Amino acid sequence: MDLPFALAFVLLLTSCYAIDEDFSEELLLRPLPDGNVLAHFHFASTLPPVDHYGVHHRLFPKAIFQLVRKFRIKEMELSFTQGRWNYQRWGVGDPIAQLAAKPVGVELTASLDVPEAEVDSTWGNLTHALSGLFCASINFLESPTTFLEPWFSWRPEANWTGGGGAFDAPGVKRVVKGKKWSKSSRTRYGALPREAVCTENLTPWLKLLPCRDKAGLTTLLDRPTIYSGMYHSQRLIITSGDFDRDEEGTTLEQTLTVVLRKPAVSEGLSSKLQDWTLSGLFGSKLEGKCPLATTSSVYLELEESLAKHLAGDLSKETRINFVDNRVFSLSSAPSRVLASLSGSLLLEYEAGTHSELDLGVTWRAPVDWSPARGRFYTSRYLAGSGNARGSIVISFRANDGPSGDCYSPGIEAVEYVDIMILQMIPWYVRLYGHTLQVSLDGRNVEFWSVVRLMRFTPAEDRKAPAAVEIALRVSIATQAVTLTIQYDKGFLHIDEHPPDANRGFDLPSAVITFPRCRVFKQFQSDDVGHSHILAVVQVVDCFVFPSPSFVFALLLQSQRPMQIYSEVSLMQLATPDFSMPYNVITLTCTVLALYFGSLLNALRRRIGEEERESKEGKKAGLLSQKLKWLRNEKHMRVIKVILVVIIGVAVNHYLSSS
Amino acid sequence: MVLQGRRSLALWGGMTLAAIARLLLLMSGASARLSRSVEIATPVTSLVRLEEGFWLKKLGLSPYAGSVYHGSPLLLEIIGPLGANSPILFLLSDFATALLIILIGKRLSAARDHYTHWNIGITHSMLFLTGETLDIGEIAALLYLFNPFTVFVCVGGSTSSFESFVVCLALYASLEGNAPLAAFAWVMASHFAMYPLVLLIPVTSRTFDLATHILCVFFLKIASALCCGPDKPRSKIFRLKSSESLKSSTNVQWQKLWSFILWSAVWSSCVLGLCNRILRHDGGLGEMLRETYGFILTVKDLTPNIGVYWYFFTEVFDFYRSFFLMVFHGNIFCMIAPLSICFYHRPIFLSFILMAVVSTLKSYPSVGDAALYLGLMGLFTHELSDFKYAFLLLNSYICVAALGPVMFNLWIWRGTGNANFYFATALAYAFVQTILIVESVNSMLRFERGLKLTIKTTLSSSKKDN
Repeated sequence: MDLPFALAFVLLLTSCYAIDEDFSEELLLRPLPDGNVLAHFHFASTLPPVDHYGVHHRLFPKAIFQLVRKFRIKEMELSFTQGRWNYQRWGVGDPIAQLAAKPVGVELTASLDVPEAEVDSTWGNLTHALSGLFCASINFLESPTTFLEPWFSWRPEANWTGGGGAFDAPGVKRVVKGKKWSKSSRTRYGALPREAVCTENLTPWLKLLPCRDKAGLTTLLDRPTIYSGMYHSQRLIITSGDFDRDEEGTTLEQTLTVVLRKPAVSEGLSSKLQDWTLSGLFGSKLEGKCPLATTSSVYLELEESLAKHLAGDLSKETRINFVDNRVFSLSSAPSRVLASLSGSLLLEYEAGTHSELDLGVTWRAPVDWSPARGRFYTSRYLAGSGNARGSIVISFRANDGPSGDCYSPGIEAVEYVDIMILQMIPWYVRLYGHTLQVSLDGRNVEFWSVVRLMRFTPAEDRKAPAAVEIALRVSIATQAVTLTIQYDKGFLHIDEHPPDANRGFDLPSAVITFPRCRVFKQFQSDDVGHSHILAVVQVVDCFVFPSPSFVFALLLQSQRPMQIYSEVSLMQLATPDFSMPYNVITLTCTVLALYFGSLLNALRRRIGEEERESKEGKKAGLLSQKLKWLRNEKHMRVIKVILVVIIGVAVNHYLSSS
Repeated sequence: MVLQGRRSLALWGGMTLAAIARLLLLMSGASARLSRSVEIATPVTSLVRLEEGFWLKKLGLSPYAGSVYHGSPLLLEIIGPLGANSPILFLLSDFATALLIILIGKRLSAARDHYTHWNIGITHSMLFLTGETLDIGEIAALLYLFNPFTVFVCVGGSTSSFESFVVCLALYASLEGNAPLAAFAWVMASHFAMYPLVLLIPVTSRTFDLATHILCVFFLKIASALCCGPDKPRSKIFRLKSSESLKSSTNVQWQKLWSFILWSAVWSSCVLGLCNRILRHDGGLGEMLRETYGFILTVKDLTPNIGVYWYFFTEVFDFYRSFFLMVFHGNIFCMIAPLSICFYHRPIFLSFILMAVVSTLKSYPSVGDAALYLGLMGLFTHELSDFKYAFLLLNSYICVAALGPVMFNLWIWRGTGNANFYFATALAYAFVQTILIVESVNSMLRFERGLKLTIKTTLSSSKKDN
């Protein structure tokens, strides 16, 4: 970035934020190929820098503001998820999937702008604060066995410049060790796969919105409906600028993604696709907007392969009747239609203009379309049986469809795919690093020929989880990549088992990043306007598509490489008998007593003649005379009293000193 | 001559058979299965963990990172690079141990020979089995080699066969009166496994020349006991008579002891220095001691094994943990004194008993520990000839050895049993070993009582003759 451009950029930012607080609410609906409907609520609040604006806010939640200031949060992402994002049916590598797909349970990532030595303690305090704020046991993330410090695979774009970066640099240590890689050491990543998500987490989340659930899009959030969906992910993203310069202000994004079950009506044309309306899905129509929101829109997204069914040509000149065409008919006409450069369509409805919006889709012809696909489908599973050992397998299977290739900026001819894996494994799964194995297309290959970079931080019993980060580079022709590592299952103390121990333990998801694949959808820049959702959707690599408008600033923040999460695996550990402590203690001590008593007895026993001899030989020595003195009852009593006094004094001294 | 021929045939034939059995098992691929079984590989001796430690070290991390490896850094350097060839090493160490046992046996028989020369009524038949074809050392060596425990440990590969070798080396060197070697082996053994520390007393008490010493001390004791007896003049003569030969040996003892202490100091500083050098980039010696001795003492790993600690510390309430740790380890160490007082004149027997005690009560026992003391037991075939419950004990050992893996399989692999079943076999194993220890002590004391009685009657009859 050259200097004038950077200056202009800073000016843009300041001018953009210095105005006022801003709140926008948006909802994106997308019919999914399997007939379900995806609803993505996106609420964004921005706060101008404190220097310009002060600390009294109209819209921005005070709780979050205080959190940001107190813990100096540069970036934070907290997600509560229930259900599993089905990458194959709902899409991989499209911007919404990227946002929506989160691992089951709670996931928290935070970059803190505090001195490196204080990061862990600040993280601990932050988890407690969040725990109170969201009524969840996020405070469990304070324990060092549940979080880790990612070294290079989290947000690789921050550490890895441009296209090749550290991968290609000569002399990069293949194994990252110790503190040698300290670039991102203020970021912490933690996950609680076991955390159940419910309305008690949603209510405090809604409280952060200026209109709560009284007006606007949030009125759609009917609790039974959204929690009975197939997937539910609620997130909170905080981004704030540099604390010392304080030029960027703070942004709070709250998103809620639900995949709602297709309505159980059997009148549709195909068995898969069902007609739906907003009121059918959520139980109520959309009435008005939140009066405090600057933008309040509803979008209906038609994916590329669905949009293709509408007409051959989707350029702006040809007018397609979106309300009533041969594929579907809509209940109301959109106020705007946006077409992305790749061919997908966004129909925009202004929530405020309609007094009552009940958007619905009625299918007219059976259509079949496929969701966005990444280069690889990923799955992680546990191999082996029994409770002694097994192996963790992470496998990548090439997508056989046409849209398999991902977009890689800056590289003309892509001959290889880079894959980065970040995996946190709890300590009770004892990984054997020497058993790490990579196989390409079913054949084992030499480990270092494929692995470009690896970080292996072994777990410490009861202290830290194992952290494995691996960067692989495989040729684009590879059909299957499998990574295997063996482990022994640990054995836990009875108190370390959860109440339902036989359910098993959840291994956190592996985070898999394709650093060269950028997830993006590009629209005409003047179409985007103030919409935050479009800004997110339009994730463009700035070096390739420099966009002139101020929206560019927003885009820059959300530039992300493709990241997907593996499944959460459930691991059974052998359990002890929880009802046995007393029995075990008594039985073991009995054996010990038997050993001790009988051995001592055998050693000191005298028989027959020996006994006589020893008695005769034992003349009344000095010791036995003293003992005789002790046997006198009076003396004994005195000694007992003295002993009690001594013990009392000793105990008192001990207690007072400690 | 014929006897000699038969004897060497039995010995060498037995050794070859033992080697063939091991090689066959190795080739059949049993080692992969055996090396992960909890009876053979404990967290301290496991070869898989050693491999992981070696891998971590190659990566540039500390071998102790990750609470996986808990052995010596020296073993890491020796066995680590061997990789898949290490079974050959264990095979060799097994046979070297057997050889050492044979040599120990030779020294013991020589000592016994020595005390038949004293004219105090002890005949050859009282000390040696009549008509035996094999020397006691050879019996013990064959017992050691053919013990299925030894075979499995050797094939499965665990560093405990190394430990056995060093322990036997310490015993042999101290019998030879070779203070530097004894000190070296004792330091190494303690470094590898910590528990051989308890062998300090038997090893040092034998740095003095055994042949003239151990049994002399025994006689000295008897003589002094006789002093108090009714027969004063005669016993004075006896004392005079015995002290001539005793003097020479009792005088040199202290010198040897000092040289042993000196050499142990030298060797331990060597070993620690070497370890420090190996670990200089990582945690250093502090981490090594924490992860080896500390790990053994604090019982952090609750992986099931044939001992009783794992389940006890799985179940016990947290606030009693340190108390019971002290009690359990105290049980090993507080028995050293009484045993040493009773058997200081029989160092090999004392070390056999101590090894059995350690094997019963150590935090991570494996069948390798049992293999060693069961082998050494063969050295006392005569002394322990009136051992009671031998049949019962043998069957109990077999039952426990068979039931242990079955119960483990039911609990861990099939999920039909539970931990209690496996713990029951561990408890039974501890019980069986306790009986073995107590009964060995009992029969040894009985044997000595018999000897004493013989000496006494001989002396009183010779007095009558006068």
